[in-house]
Amino acid sequence: MSAAAGAPAREETPFRRFLADFAESRMAVLGLVVFAAILVAALAAPWVSPQNPYDLAQLDIMDGRLPPGAQSAEGMTFWLGTDDQGRDMLSAILYGLRISLFVGAGSALLAGVVGSALGLVAAYAGGWFESFVMRLVDLQLSFPSILVALMILAFLGKGVGNVMLALVIVEWAYYARTARGSAMAERRREYIEAAECLALPRIRVVFRHLLPNCMPPLIVVATFQMARAIALEATLSFLGLGVPITEPSLGLLIANGYQYMLSGKYWISFYPGIALLVTIVSINLVGDHLRDVLNPKLRR
Amino acid sequence: MTRAASATLEVRGLSTHFFSRAGVVRAVDDVSFAVGRGEIMGLVGESGSGKTVTGFSLLGLVDPPGRVVAGQIRFEGRDITGLSDAEMRRLRGRHIAMVFQDPMMTLNPVLRIDTQMIEAVQAHERVPRAEARARARDALGLVGIPSPEERLRAYPHQFSGGMRQRVAIAIALLHRPALVIADEPTTALDVTIQAQILAEMQALCARFGTALIWITHDLAVVAGLADHVAVMYAGRIVEKGTVEDVLDQPMHPYTAGLIGSVPSRTRRGERLPGIPGMTPNVLNLPPGCAFRTRCKRADATCAADPPEFAEDAAHLHRCFHPLVAIPA
Amino acid sequence: MSAAPIMELRGVSKRFETKRDLAARLRRARAPTVQAVDRVDLSVAKGEVLGLVGESGCGKSTLGRMVAGILAPTEGQVLYRGRDRAALGGAEARDARLRVQMIFQDPYASLNPRLRVSEIVGEAPVVHRLVRGRADEYVDAQLRRAGLDPAYKRRYPHQFSGGQRQRIGIARALAVQPEFLVCDEAVAALDVSIQAQILNLFMDLRRELNLTYLFISHDLGVVEHLSDRVAIMYLGRVVEQADTPTVFGRPNHPYTQALLAEVPRLDARKRRFTAIRGEIPSPLSPPPGCHFHPRCPHAFARCSAETPALKEVAPGHRSACHLNDIRH
Repeated sequence: MSAAAGAPAREETPFRRFLADFAESRMAVLGLVVFAAILVAALAAPWVSPQNPYDLAQLDIMDGRLPPGAQSAEGMTFWLGTDDQGRDMLSAILYGLRISLFVGAGSALLAGVVGSALGLVAAYAGGWFESFVMRLVDLQLSFPSILVALMILAFLGKGVGNVMLALVIVEWAYYARTARGSAMAERRREYIEAAECLALPRIRVVFRHLLPNCMPPLIVVATFQMARAIALEATLSFLGLGVPITEPSLGLLIANGYQYMLSGKYWISFYPGIALLVTIVSINLVGDHLRDVLNPKLRR
Repeated sequence: MTRAASATLEVRGLSTHFFSRAGVVRAVDDVSFAVGRGEIMGLVGESGSGKTVTGFSLLGLVDPPGRVVAGQIRFEGRDITGLSDAEMRRLRGRHIAMVFQDPMMTLNPVLRIDTQMIEAVQAHERVPRAEARARARDALGLVGIPSPEERLRAYPHQFSGGMRQRVAIAIALLHRPALVIADEPTTALDVTIQAQILAEMQALCARFGTALIWITHDLAVVAGLADHVAVMYAGRIVEKGTVEDVLDQPMHPYTAGLIGSVPSRTRRGERLPGIPGMTPNVLNLPPGCAFRTRCKRADATCAADPPEFAEDAAHLHRCFHPLVAIPA
Repeated sequence: MSAAPIMELRGVSKRFETKRDLAARLRRARAPTVQAVDRVDLSVAKGEVLGLVGESGCGKSTLGRMVAGILAPTEGQVLYRGRDRAALGGAEARDARLRVQMIFQDPYASLNPRLRVSEIVGEAPVVHRLVRGRADEYVDAQLRRAGLDPAYKRRYPHQFSGGQRQRIGIARALAVQPEFLVCDEAVAALDVSIQAQILNLFMDLRRELNLTYLFISHDLGVVEHLSDRVAIMYLGRVVEQADTPTVFGRPNHPYTQALLAEVPRLDARKRRFTAIRGEIPSPLSPPPGCHFHPRCPHAFARCSAETPALKEVAPGHRSACHLNDIRH
């Protein structure tokens, strides 16, 4: 009997279904839109911002500490005011976002690759290797991340590369733990048993069958880690141990303006702070809903 | 079919619809039946038949996006269709109880059994704790749990699956409800344990005159347990009558097909006649009789809604081309 | 049975030990061990269907996985076509694995949700070079054999119903040209009418491809319908083994008798369910001697002291019960 395979709806890949589910939450979509806007603005900073704040030739110290809306000598409007060096805050924020996002996303991604690989292999291999990796994870996670990052940076010194390295070292453990937990649960599932029954090579089973099905929780971890990394980098830079003054991130901008907070020139810290807040909140909104959408228990 | 004026439960024209993103799902569509005192009714169907949603609708347990859109439910002569939440809560557990497929839907894993059962007793009656505990202990004994006094102090995870289901049944019977709705309670249990539970339920219903609605996909269980049976397909009842009538002389092709799908001694080794095609997609039902896409006897007349049940007949079906002969 | 059996298990056991962590090792605590399968001897002739029946904890799924090569036995030998599988190496070992395939119980968990149907079915034949060049036509043929329309092969598993997914799993197994299929509760999760279709498919495939089956199920009706011979398992041991009419007509072992008496049958009518008392023991602490003795109505002193051996009580009929010694 050739029973027709019914009529499943239109070509519906898992991705399209995921998009439809994700779109159900307005807040998450809003978060995504805001984050996308921030990303675009940051990427387009050299073309969009009114001035290049790190080109010393463009700065005039006489423009320093002007309030938002003030005009420069040439007639350029400082929409968000200037800092003590005469830099346009809006431009500084846009350039600062670039660094923040680069460091945040970059370290989250790198930590993700390293951590997930370790976690997956640990789960599949088992034995002493798994115990070793998991104890390392426990060790790592028992220290406050800021402390670890500070120690590493105190040792290595400032610089974007060093900051990223410190963040990766702080973050990988979350991925490893999540990946291992996910892999352990998936390993026992019947489609993995079927793959073994079909005598497929083990490498293939791990990468073609196990990994794609462990991705959802890892993606959620990645979004949250990115927000965390941005916040952590801001903290480190605020404390003076993060990125150098020549490539300031939002944290450093906040630090620069901190001394003026109580003397009425709030905008030098305030607006970078808002930018940081909005970035992190939008990422968190996306990540939160992503976690619900990707949670198989909540679905169907 | 019971015609007693004081049937414990009388349902007329019940319809429950789900309003989802993909469309309206008519999970229960114009369902009517009645159960008398001490009677056991089997509600039989496969996936998408609406049998579970029917059970939930009776107790007002349907969550959004679903709701009861039409129909009347009369319990012991009283109309309970439009009752408020507070009034339904007074009914639930006290006069109408439910047993679920997964006993962990009834049992709280972090509370001891005595705590939960005492809570169940005191929710509806003002009795001192000691008396509630005594009733709990008696209820456990009633469902065949050995050493009930010790078992009261245990946690659900310390019981096996079959025992947990018995505890759930004991809780359901604490207030000697007039009606128990059981939704596939033995589907997940082993044969020998299932037999024990069926024996207990039979005895208890006989003893206390409890009406029982047993929701299941397993015709064999219904054959042995129930007095009468209603067969559901795609939200509608397609046939109902006494167990003898429906199983020995099914009128609706779906019922006959279901019976033909079950291996039995008479057909050992042969191809099972069965039913071609797939279980209905409730989002996309064909107009008229939902079964006609799978029915060998279907023709153009089946595109119209099947006839209503005749009011007074005992063995009822909704089909334009009912079977009249006993199927092979 | 003239030719040598195609599959033979000799003294096969499987023990699961939960690993003790460091703290437990320091305490020298004993690792809790589950003897899932206990010295089982079984043989299956080419082209026959051996039904394996039992309730939870009996070890039938574990046994099935050992036959399919997914689990390795702790003790004993698994011989395929007379050769010990564990002794094979390289290409021969791989061929032996491909010859025995498994159909799983859960149609939702047994397919990789991220692969298209064509990839699921076509992966293994391509990896193992069973197919040269274009796998498309090969995959189409497999899907058609399993009763599916190849037009839908680019879809994902979640877009199919339970019964269709089970067919995809069957197509996947057939794609590597097996001789032996282990069906582990392959129809348990399906609706009754779909169950019948899949059972018919199994019977058709058996004829067309001369397949041999190990059919594992808790559903006695289905096993009776499909099997030539039946083995009954209880808590890791085979307690009775004979051809189907004998097991179902003249059961010897008290457990088999109880099982058959308690299973609800469609042709029975309102009956008093009688059940054997007691729970199924936990595999972590099985009763000594005959595992069944605490629940057996005929138990006597010897039953708790000595494990009964599986002995012939009639030609082709074996049972493990001390009562047989007395009867002679």
